[in-house]
Amino acid sequence: MRFFKTGLVKGILVGLLWWLIGFMLVEVIRVAMGLPAAWDPNVPAGPVAGQNALQWIVAGGLAAYEPAMVVAGIFFVIGFMLGVGTMSDWLKWVRGIDTPMHHGPKEGDPGWFRYFGADYSHKVIGLQYGVTAVILLMFAGTLALIFRVELANPELQLSLFGANPEVQGTLNWFNTLVSAHGMIMIGSILLGVGAMSNYLVPLMIGANDMAFPRLNSFAFWINVPGALLLVTAIFIGGWNTGWTGYPPLSAQAPIGVQYFFIGVFFIGMSSILGSLNIIVTTLTMRARGMTMFRMPIFVWAAFSTALIQLTATQLIGLSFLMVLIQRILGLGFFNPGFPDITVIASSQLWEGGGNPILFQHLFWFYSHPAVYVFILPGLGIISELLPVFSRKPLFGYKWIALSSMAIALVGFLVWAHHMFVSGMNTYLRVPFMLSTLLVAVPTGVKFFSWLGTLWGGRIDLKTPMLFTLGAISVFLIGGLTGPPLGTVTTDLQLHDTYYVVGHFHATMFGGFVFPFFAALYYWFPKFSGRQYNERLGVIHFALMTPAFWVMSLGQMLAGTRGMRRRVADYDPAWGIDGVQLAVSIAAFIIAFSVLLMVINLLWSSRRAPRAVANPWRSRGLEWQIPSPVPELSYATAPVVVGEPYDYGLPGSTYVQLAPAMTGGD
Amino acid sequence: MSAIVESPQVQVRRNRMGMWLFFVSEAFLFGGLLIARFFLWGDTRPDLPQVVPLGITAVLLTSSFFMNRAEVAIANDDRKTFQRGLLITAFLGFIFFLGVLIFEWGWTIEDGAFVLGNHIHPTSGVYGAVLYGMTGMHALHVLSGIVIIMIIWNLGRKGKFSAEDHWGVEATAIYWHYIDLIWIFFYPALYLIGTAVPAGGH
Repeated sequence: MRFFKTGLVKGILVGLLWWLIGFMLVEVIRVAMGLPAAWDPNVPAGPVAGQNALQWIVAGGLAAYEPAMVVAGIFFVIGFMLGVGTMSDWLKWVRGIDTPMHHGPKEGDPGWFRYFGADYSHKVIGLQYGVTAVILLMFAGTLALIFRVELANPELQLSLFGANPEVQGTLNWFNTLVSAHGMIMIGSILLGVGAMSNYLVPLMIGANDMAFPRLNSFAFWINVPGALLLVTAIFIGGWNTGWTGYPPLSAQAPIGVQYFFIGVFFIGMSSILGSLNIIVTTLTMRARGMTMFRMPIFVWAAFSTALIQLTATQLIGLSFLMVLIQRILGLGFFNPGFPDITVIASSQLWEGGGNPILFQHLFWFYSHPAVYVFILPGLGIISELLPVFSRKPLFGYKWIALSSMAIALVGFLVWAHHMFVSGMNTYLRVPFMLSTLLVAVPTGVKFFSWLGTLWGGRIDLKTPMLFTLGAISVFLIGGLTGPPLGTVTTDLQLHDTYYVVGHFHATMFGGFVFPFFAALYYWFPKFSGRQYNERLGVIHFALMTPAFWVMSLGQMLAGTRGMRRRVADYDPAWGIDGVQLAVSIAAFIIAFSVLLMVINLLWSSRRAPRAVANPWRSRGLEWQIPSPVPELSYATAPVVVGEPYDYGLPGSTYVQLAPAMTGGD
Repeated sequence: MSAIVESPQVQVRRNRMGMWLFFVSEAFLFGGLLIARFFLWGDTRPDLPQVVPLGITAVLLTSSFFMNRAEVAIANDDRKTFQRGLLITAFLGFIFFLGVLIFEWGWTIEDGAFVLGNHIHPTSGVYGAVLYGMTGMHALHVLSGIVIIMIIWNLGRKGKFSAEDHWGVEATAIYWHYIDLIWIFFYPALYLIGTAVPAGGH
């Protein structure tokens, strides 16, 4: 089997070996220092009576060896990266061996082989990002379906969540699934953003690859062990903190929270390195004649996104690292209690406890701008596709370009609106309310520009355009329900209710999921060379959009009646049984429609008819070259001579390729 | 494939931009730690001995001078000064690292086992936490800098780098200066700013 020689398999095997080495290392040091092998004496150090080893692990028994588990988790990531082979060129450089850049698949390998290992082509890496994103999306979506079954009716139904006391199951499972759904979805969105930026930005600016191809490969692959750790966290005891991981709860949560922290830390590292690459590529590798204001609008969106990712991501890494260290080394950043005087001499004692609110500041300093990381590329896709399918120039190009930058910058000034009820100083509330509402201005610029672009256009309702319009409708729901949460008086009522859940899902679906699906359909002919099945695409849209409206509005309705998030049960007296049932049914319809898309794209990539050269009659650079894109995208350097979105203006051209390459219109 | 091959100057310009963007990113990490310090300590600080931190700060700043000499030397093809400068830098960096570990953190051997904290313990409430957290994160960067300098030294020994082509040396040098710069912010934040709070509590 050739598959077992791929970098992915090697990475997992070497990673597991390193995991074992890391675990043993800590235990050997502990024993050498005269400490007991088990770290936490309150947890059974092995399976208790009536338990097999697996049950002991799933119940969180490994907490007895928490420091060893943490080091082993970090070692797993290092081992994985060594095994997958993205670091071999760097390690050769360290030893003084020259490593010329290799392009294309290795000789003798089948075509699919390079997609499962370290490869430096941004087209391969873009697809790796995309496929991983869709896999994680389906996994995290499945988790949601499980707890939506529980929420469809009041009281507890599933044995998993403790409904049947004779079957082992706890509410911790509910909390774990809710938390895992949240964070794995966020990982999936980050990978989806990476897919679009990595595949599209070099093609759109006329570059043959990213500025740092090896770093690009590293930045993709470090997501894989990160995601594996996130999934592992579910099965080694889970964690009950929600995706936010607030201490003091996360400082006491089951051991799964540690692998959640480590997984997110490395996915964040991927964000930082990937965005660095995007920024340098955008700034230094544009085709001749492509000034900043002649870039495709998606490149502006990806650039603004990268600016946020590069800087803010450090803060979530730091905040999670601080809790991780507090748990295993006892550094009391977020522990408000006084030091334990039984283990410290009075000469070493300083009074003064930590402050959990600090965590929320650090966490939201990333996690609020992060939602703009999730939506800005999607909004860029909307602006990118509307002119193509309306056959009209993009309305207010410069305003859209700069509104992305404005959202990115204002996004840094709003984080404490998540903390109105946290107990922070109350005088901070109003300034953060004002800055939050300010975000509506650049977002409004985008909406009006979309309307201006659609106005009077010859609209062609192909699947990508349907999803673009769906995205606008859903993002409008998400956007208009935001101000009640940004305003202090109403937020005090709505905080932590399902209203927040509904609002957030509307912004994520409108800002990321719908545009991401639009992008998958739109660029499918580009990366596969074939045309997807249009009818199945339309069915996907027709199922998903109304189902999503029901789901999002239903969640908000339940929230205003008092339904709180992350709770498995609710009072029938609230009269939300019907709403909850409708939300659950809608969730299943959405899941089914996504499955239709996956089947459509998988089937079409093998069997569908070949796509024509430029099926959407786009002016974009990437559509002027053959599909699928050859190994060397631009054999001759393209020259940009006009404006990117002058659709319908007679005689206008955007880009000139060398005479031999130009064909068609 | 000729269109892909870029001139080395173009690639070095990109590398340089990437390196500085990395520093911008790292600034947010260290900035976050500084915010934690001011959030948790406010206008106080633990009353700690002053001589050792001042001494190791001087050592670290001096090391940056030799790093700079090494970089200038390779730009002038003076390989001997280059190699010597790297060694001195790594040595001084190592002194700083040991200074933090042994004198600041107070790792000592008692009864055949390592014991930590002769004056302030990492679990000494929020003062110990921030002090160990910030010095630890910085020391980790110093350690990585020492490793990179030794890699560069080894490559230089094998005859890599020249006056025209020494991006690796340049990157190492600015990384080392950057670590120095971080300490210039950390040192006063930890040891100089604020009212000294004595041990033992009230």
